[in-house]
Amino acid sequence: MKKTLILTSALVGVAGAPQAQEGQLNLLSWGGSYGNSHVEAYAKPFEAETGIRVTISDADNPATPLKAQVEAGNVTTDIASVEYADAVRLCDEGLLEEIDASVLVDAEDGTTPEDDFIDGAITECFIGTDVYSMVLAYNDDQFPDAKPSAPADFFDTENFPGKRSMRKGAKFNLEFALMADGVPADEVYDLLGTPEGVDRAFAKLEEIKPDVIWWEAGAQPPQLLADGEVSMAYAFNGRIFAAAQEDDLPFEIVWDGQIYEMEGWVIPQGAQNVEAAHEFIAFTTAPQHQARAAEFISYGPPRRSAAALVGNMEGTDIPMGPNLPTYAENMTNALASNLDFWVDHDGELNERFSAWLAQ
Amino acid sequence: MSQALDPHAATVAKAAGVEPGPRLTTADGRPLTRALARSSRKARRRAFLLVLPLLLFILITFVVPIGQMLQRSVKNDGFSANMPQISAWFAENPRGTEPDEAAWAALAADLQQAARDRTIGIVGTRINYDMAGTRSLFTSAGRQARNGLEPPYRDAILDIDARWESPALWSIMREASSAYTANFYLAALDRTRNTQGDIVMAPSERQVYIMLFQRTFVMSAVITFMTFLLGFPVAHLLATLPLRKSNLLMIFVLLPFWTSLLVRTTSWMVLLQQQGVINDILVWLGIIGTGQRLQMIYNQTGTIIAMTHILLPFMILPLYSVMRTINPSYVRAARSLGATSWTAFRRIYFPQTLPGLGAGALLVFILAVGYYITPALVGGSSGQLISNMIAMHMMQTLNWSMAAALAALLLASVLLLYWVYDRLVGIDNLKLG
Repeated sequence: MKKTLILTSALVGVAGAPQAQEGQLNLLSWGGSYGNSHVEAYAKPFEAETGIRVTISDADNPATPLKAQVEAGNVTTDIASVEYADAVRLCDEGLLEEIDASVLVDAEDGTTPEDDFIDGAITECFIGTDVYSMVLAYNDDQFPDAKPSAPADFFDTENFPGKRSMRKGAKFNLEFALMADGVPADEVYDLLGTPEGVDRAFAKLEEIKPDVIWWEAGAQPPQLLADGEVSMAYAFNGRIFAAAQEDDLPFEIVWDGQIYEMEGWVIPQGAQNVEAAHEFIAFTTAPQHQARAAEFISYGPPRRSAAALVGNMEGTDIPMGPNLPTYAENMTNALASNLDFWVDHDGELNERFSAWLAQ
Repeated sequence: MSQALDPHAATVAKAAGVEPGPRLTTADGRPLTRALARSSRKARRRAFLLVLPLLLFILITFVVPIGQMLQRSVKNDGFSANMPQISAWFAENPRGTEPDEAAWAALAADLQQAARDRTIGIVGTRINYDMAGTRSLFTSAGRQARNGLEPPYRDAILDIDARWESPALWSIMREASSAYTANFYLAALDRTRNTQGDIVMAPSERQVYIMLFQRTFVMSAVITFMTFLLGFPVAHLLATLPLRKSNLLMIFVLLPFWTSLLVRTTSWMVLLQQQGVINDILVWLGIIGTGQRLQMIYNQTGTIIAMTHILLPFMILPLYSVMRTINPSYVRAARSLGATSWTAFRRIYFPQTLPGLGAGALLVFILAVGYYITPALVGGSSGQLISNMIAMHMMQTLNWSMAAALAALLLASVLLLYWVYDRLVGIDNLKLG
């Protein structure tokens, strides 16, 4: 299997990818509107300022081709955008270069990057660029009187009738259930590490089990909300926001009980333009560029000083700031997804979740 | 063997062997047998060269990947390849030996080396399959071991984390110290090993696979029966209508066949959901109240409806091709001899459709057993099939060995079914069109 993969990626590498050379940077990103934010807010201004040409290619999940490139010894990517979870995994497997965090620039008021970035955004091989989150979203039409305002309301089908939609999987749901059960965000993972905590989370989910439609693709929850099939969903904030904006739908987001995760830059082991990649990282994580990227997509900058600089959503007069997961007011009772916990317990808890679902 | 395949060559050889009379030769004086053998060898070689591309294609894209996948289900060297010293210690000391200082020293050395090589994540992932919560145990120990550990190693490692002493952990490391293991198959059958190495049932809240296998087979059988029930009359109509009308009908059968699977699944969602077309019509007609809208999707009902529709052509087409060849005069003869229309159908017509029915049923059942995308989209919690678990292990938990074990079991049960079918009906009776 591995050999076949290596062979294919080597062939693809020879045929398709541009060769690394001086004054050039090969960036591997996600495409779509997220990739577009990288082009507009990062790559274009970076080219204008440094003269280094940025060539962008897209992948469904850049971590996969990255792994294949390094294992085949044919690394054409200099810098890639990956999810935090993948970054840690790739780093543990020795597939990433270490990133020299001293290149990061200070905030305008002189705050050092270490203090300015949120926890976990700067690690050995990974620098965070944006934060997305799972949020409680509801269809405003279905709640003419009282509006849901906290995780507990999601589990209260008596006062807030209608079906719910949740992601089919253990991750996010167990944490959310505990928060709805009154556990403060900072104690969730400690509790979930114990058998009692897991039992408690499942017991809470059991309360609404008959009323839940489980989603698998990120595009499902906005669709279910729009159809009136469910009245509330626990879903990715970017999907909800984009659907509400593009199709003018009455979706509201409750930020209380959000669980956020990060995406960011990694440099593959054996990249050919490591220096330019560092330059690019320093440039793109500067507060003003982080803020600019957030105007294209509702993913928040991981730097505290960047939040205030975010203007209106590109091409509209809707202020983007309050729609970002990292907006100060949205961060009360927010939970940082604990990657170590999930790498450890993914298999076990998902098996139990599937068994629970099937009962 | 090759000569025996060619009847002429065989005759010539026999003739030459039995009758030692004058040797038959060709015009240029060569023995006839040799000349014949040579020309047939040439023909065979040409035929082989013609099928060679297909053979290579099947080998590279089908046999090799499946073989590698099956190998993964019994082989995982994530631990043994990266932790050589402790694996050697396990090989030398039988089960039940308390880990001595030599074992701890071997463990410490391996941890350091794996941390420097950055393979510690792979090692931790392997152990984590069998014991949740141990991946971070390995990676954090690795981070601290990278700077070097001082003897006595037992105390040094236990200082990092007291969980290293757990007998369960040592038992699992012993299991993992050989690259080949049957543990993934045990897990796929809801079984596990205790610290003594005996096979026991997994804790009840994690028993899921056997139930899912059962459900997959029961639902596939129901879907196969539904396609038979709906497809048989349609196929009959197709076979007996005049050509012009049957062609039009054929297009209606094939049109959904040519439509994207996702589109068809999504349209069922539009039709069946609680705020969907069918419920709206029922409410509008006053048959049900707004509060009593039927739940027809995101459960087993939805999966059966959508999959029956999607797999219907696979039943209709083989049935149709067999029915077209059935001579209508047989049934007429039966009727003229006094059989009722039911008897004539049951005793004369239906038995003749069996080859098509067998082919259709086998096709639909095997496709249904491995179906993934439709149950994932419309199955809800009760419509999950085993393929959804395989997908989860492939894409989410990245436990490919587990996915391979589940897939191998699925493959084996389908082959078993095929064998049973061959014994009962006979595979020669299969007609695919």
